[in-house]
Amino acid sequence: MADDTAAGIAHAHAHHPRQQHHFHSMDQQLEASILGMWVFLVTEIMFFGGLFLAYIVYRWMYPDAWIAGSNVLNVPLGALNTAVLICSSLTMALAVRAAQVGSRRGQIVNLILTILLGTTFLVVKYFEYAEKFHHGLVPGAFWNPVHELADGTLEPLHLPGGAQLFFSLYFIMTGIHAAHMVVGIGLMLVILAMAWKDMFSAEYYGPVEVSGLYWHFVDIVWIFLFPLLYLLGYHFGH
Amino acid sequence: MSTSHPVTAVRTYAAVFIALLVGTGLTVYIAYFDFGFLNTFVALTVAVTKATLVVWYFMGVRYNTPLTKVVVVAGFFWLLIMFGLGMSDYLTRPWMGVPGR
Repeated sequence: MADDTAAGIAHAHAHHPRQQHHFHSMDQQLEASILGMWVFLVTEIMFFGGLFLAYIVYRWMYPDAWIAGSNVLNVPLGALNTAVLICSSLTMALAVRAAQVGSRRGQIVNLILTILLGTTFLVVKYFEYAEKFHHGLVPGAFWNPVHELADGTLEPLHLPGGAQLFFSLYFIMTGIHAAHMVVGIGLMLVILAMAWKDMFSAEYYGPVEVSGLYWHFVDIVWIFLFPLLYLLGYHFGH
Repeated sequence: MSTSHPVTAVRTYAAVFIALLVGTGLTVYIAYFDFGFLNTFVALTVAVTKATLVVWYFMGVRYNTPLTKVVVVAGFFWLLIMFGLGMSDYLTRPWMGVPGR
């Protein structure tokens, strides 16, 4: 057997057990994973980019609808969710760091925090969606905008033409973003299981790093969605 | 040991985190001011700055190879091409009286 020779043993010792044979080094393997993930994220940029272009075109066509629609959205909840995602990005970065310094406990704590913060985001989003459904702001057959008076009674709300387009884009963009959050949480559960088995080290932490890139990307999408959907309506049209 | 990807200090991550929270507060705060036609520009400047901080520090692109950096920049550049060509169509349709705006 070739592996029994001195050369074979030396070969086995020269490589990290996690190194695939088509890579020269662990560094090259890691950089290849990162590059591959970024190529995927570029397709994600274009995927969300199509929706952002639709947003730009329809906002230009129906500026009044964008102002009115934007003012109906819940800014405190949107801002809260932005902060929640930024916190989750910090814990994600710290989870990668924990893997780099070989801290199993640091990985587990930070990954669990990331998962909990991601779940918090989705729970807040659920309450926002429920409010929009309650107020008849769902485009289509059930479109019936109302707003709540101080005594709790619902009064019809007049929104300009094109408001259904605004809410279509609101639900599609935030909905697809939320779907990405669900995928991200699933990804983190897998990484958590791997971290639990203490699979990562300073030499091998690619899966944490690459999943982290995905998580941060989803955060970046929200960084743009928040001002564009919730805030910009205030003064657009001047 | 991995030499091309140094370990970032917790202090650096904390500083970026605080900058991102301040940026979020700033975005909400400036939304109540009217900068005229610059409203969108100002809001997006804050968002782009925040996104750049995430990409550069949290995603660690500063430690990646030039090839990876080019791919990252190209991704966002293509996005601008799509917006540019898309809007150069829609914005100029009224000039020619093309149906469908």
